[in-house]
Amino acid sequence: MRMPAPDERVLARRAEIAAALRAIVPGEGVIDTEEGRRPFECDGLTAYRQLPMLVVLPETTAQVSEILKYCKREGIKVVPRGAGTSLSGGALPLADGVLLGVAKFNRILEIDYANRCAVVQPGVTNLAITQAVEHEGFYYAPDPSSQIACTIGGNVAENSGGVHCLKYGLTANNVLGVELVMMDGAIIRLGGKHLDAPGYDLLGLVIGSEGMLGVVTEVTVRLLKKPATARAVLLGFPSNEAAGDTVGAIIAAGVIPGGMEMMDKPAIHAAEDFIHAGYPRDVEALLIVELDGPAVEVDDLVARVEAIARGKGATVVQVSQSDEERLRFWAGRKAAFPAVGRISPDYYCMDGTIPRRRLPEVLTKTAALSAKYGLRVANVFHAGDGNLHPLILYDANNPGELERAEAFGAEILKLCVEVGGVLTGEHGVGVEKRDLMPAMFDEVDLAQQERVKCVFDPDSLLNPGKVFPTLHRCAELGRVHVHGGQTRFADLPRF
Amino acid sequence: MTDTLSPTSAEDVLAAVRDALAQESPLEIVGGGTKRGWGRSVKSNRVLDLSRLSGVTLYEPEELVLSAKAGTKLAEIKALLAEHKQMLAFEPPEFAPVYGGPAGRQTLGGIIACNLAGPRRIKAGAARDHFLGFRAVSGRGEPYKAGGRVMKNVTGYDLPKLLCGSFGTLAVMTDITLKVLPAPEKARTVLILGLDDARACEAMAAALNSPHDVSGAAHLPRAVAARSGVNYVHGAGHAVTALRVEGFGPSVEARCQALRALLKRFGPSEELHTMNSGALWREIRDVAPLLPDGPGESAGRDLWRLSVPPAEGAVAVTAMRNRTDTDHYFDWGGGLVWLAVAGTAAAEATSLIRGAVALRGGHATLIRASPATREIVPAFHPVSNAEAAIAERMKDAFDPKSILNPGRMD
Ligand SMILES: Cc1cc2nc3c(=O)[nH]c(=O)nc-3n(C[C@H](O)[C@H](O)[C@H](O)COP(=O)(O)OP(=O)(O)OC[C@H]3O[C@@H](n4cnc5c(N)ncnc54)[C@H](O)[C@@H]3O)c2cc1C
Repeated sequence: MRMPAPDERVLARRAEIAAALRAIVPGEGVIDTEEGRRPFECDGLTAYRQLPMLVVLPETTAQVSEILKYCKREGIKVVPRGAGTSLSGGALPLADGVLLGVAKFNRILEIDYANRCAVVQPGVTNLAITQAVEHEGFYYAPDPSSQIACTIGGNVAENSGGVHCLKYGLTANNVLGVELVMMDGAIIRLGGKHLDAPGYDLLGLVIGSEGMLGVVTEVTVRLLKKPATARAVLLGFPSNEAAGDTVGAIIAAGVIPGGMEMMDKPAIHAAEDFIHAGYPRDVEALLIVELDGPAVEVDDLVARVEAIARGKGATVVQVSQSDEERLRFWAGRKAAFPAVGRISPDYYCMDGTIPRRRLPEVLTKTAALSAKYGLRVANVFHAGDGNLHPLILYDANNPGELERAEAFGAEILKLCVEVGGVLTGEHGVGVEKRDLMPAMFDEVDLAQQERVKCVFDPDSLLNPGKVFPTLHRCAELGRVHVHGGQTRFADLPRF
Repeated sequence: MTDTLSPTSAEDVLAAVRDALAQESPLEIVGGGTKRGWGRSVKSNRVLDLSRLSGVTLYEPEELVLSAKAGTKLAEIKALLAEHKQMLAFEPPEFAPVYGGPAGRQTLGGIIACNLAGPRRIKAGAARDHFLGFRAVSGRGEPYKAGGRVMKNVTGYDLPKLLCGSFGTLAVMTDITLKVLPAPEKARTVLILGLDDARACEAMAAALNSPHDVSGAAHLPRAVAARSGVNYVHGAGHAVTALRVEGFGPSVEARCQALRALLKRFGPSEELHTMNSGALWREIRDVAPLLPDGPGESAGRDLWRLSVPPAEGAVAVTAMRNRTDTDHYFDWGGGLVWLAVAGTAAAEATSLIRGAVALRGGHATLIRASPATREIVPAFHPVSNAEAAIAERMKDAFDPKSILNPGRMD
């Protein structure tokens, strides 16, 4: 993976930079020993590693502002980091960069039930928000499988999703406001406890911007009341097609389930061996459909879903009879990644989204690619919204196998784009999919995105080397080409 | 003389923008032209009228996705969705009558450019939350795209969010892709009569803090309720607090019952069924109760939209209590206040309103006013200097020669 070349002049000043940062964040907030920096060398995409030049763990927004101001003045690169669970290398350090961790920003600042929101620091974990409000019957809706560990700041940066996003939306639909420190140290507040702020929707833009526009130092999230009941239906099918058709038919019937997840045979077996959730082993595809709402509604919808599934040839239909059973149905799915981790020394998680009806075709082609590359693959799928997670199994100790896995993954993602989908549904581009961006966007598309980056960070110091395959200078991107002599203009229809 | 260009293809739009760029002659971008009264008027002698760039290009109900050219009439899209029992869940309002125009001419592009949303905003989000992707021509005279056609996509920056609510100042959208959703089978509205503003906001909060999945929460003070076209509401003789419940039949009935039990302490309640419920929420959505409906009657009043933390809604309007000739009502559980104030002393009213809102965290938009007022009062709530600087650089990044709707958002 090619990263921006380390700046020797910056590296030579390492001790001086450490001292300057210590003046801003006293005590243990600056880490410069090798063993201290080691835990930060990679994120969830462990194939890429790089020791950061220095690690700084500020505790206040003012410190973050001072750090960024200093780094901007001195031309030093900065990489923000939450819990480091990114699966796209978004938090991969730079050899000549300061890694800015938000781990110490771990307080819930305010819970405001009257306005159905909570104000939290970015280092608070996703699950901790729900835990802080569940005694009042509330929760924070987006629930990535990594929710025990990942931070809300990281969720904002990646616009993370979860199994309940089909009905309740992604991070972008559940965050009301942020406080953001820009690379020049300016602190801005976007949104708040109200809706739809004036001016351009910078809040919407910052969510999903992969830590490249600013460091998030506070987040206001929307809280929802827990539905009165929830039941899950476990459906087994003799083919992926039948399962895919069932998903389409459920939505066509006007039902938007709280969650609708699919697993293929290898994923079912891995999960069942690990968790013993009671999944059938003799089916090709499994669907978990969760219905939530008042009991009458859930009962009604469970019946509708059952009927649709039987009509499409489901061979296993099991409805959860208790909350324990419902959670058991989910346990296998939620542990699918670690379950696959048990059957292979390494696995590589892909994240394309496709128009849902193209699923059978994509799975068939993926199977063919699996044979071509000689690597096994297990598929888990946010079926309701078309977000596919093929898990490619490999062994990094076998020379060349990682490269093969990456090539395989790249082909899957290009396939997703070819059928009308996208490279990433929720994990972000990071370094991982950076060089695939041209499969989806042309140069003009990418240049316009880069100009947005330039608005926030004209020197490209904040998390550079991510998302964009080629780095251009902002001045170069700013030039306007005037296309003179538009003959077509004269012929335009007029009133 | 104004030159009105009416492109019928994305290529035509490109040619028009490139010529405007070459001549440095700004364009006013219009769809149906229904909301030209919102924001500063654009100074240009070329109008780019997108209403002939029209037609639905993709609709896959099972995939919950629809694409259309930017000038497609909203009415056409809604009718097509209705055939498949689907809808735009953000409930875009019909805004033309707010500016004195006839209903039915709004285009999809206009709805997105203004990031409109109706009462269901509190549950389903605004236009921004359903806008998946677009093709556009930037003020640099370059065609580009962003987003996609699938429900979940984090590939690159979320430029659809940036364009949504940009009032045509960053790019001319030519193609728009949206997420659509199944329409509810049934809708009912629980009404509570006679609450004052503060008590009504409490009742709405209680409803929204329940698990009964309320999809609309509005409060019409007595004078405003009296202007409703729904018999039961205008004949009530009281303030009316309305809570909408939508979904599958048995579920709606059960939730209405539960809601009425929950809200007993606020007084007796009633229920509106499908037709009346639909009519009431359309009025609330379209600001109908505050629009002049006859010559002389409250004509000439300025119309404000206040977005505040919902629990602050009632307090925010008390600041206006001492002024005469004001009317208001609440939507979004108290988080949205529609306020009509006399058109006189606009500057003073503005500082009163914006001051009250700023204290509580929120913003106030001047939706409709006389041309004179629009010249002196910025329609959009002022933002911090740092944010204004970003907005300026953003404009520069998309439209460096300021040829697209210059000044509209100033
Ligand atoms: C087992 C497993 C399961 C997962 N399941 C899901 C899932 O279901 N859905 C899903 O969407 N993702 C999932 N992920 C991916 C990952 O958990 C999410 O992307 C998560 O949001 C990352 O949060 P983090 O705190 O770990 O951020 P990090 O990995 O530390 O950083 C991620 C990105 O955010 C930036 N960043 C972090 N904090 C800030 C901040 N305060 N300000 C600005 N930028 C910041 C970083 O620079 C980086 O670009 C999973 C990961 C694992 C390992």
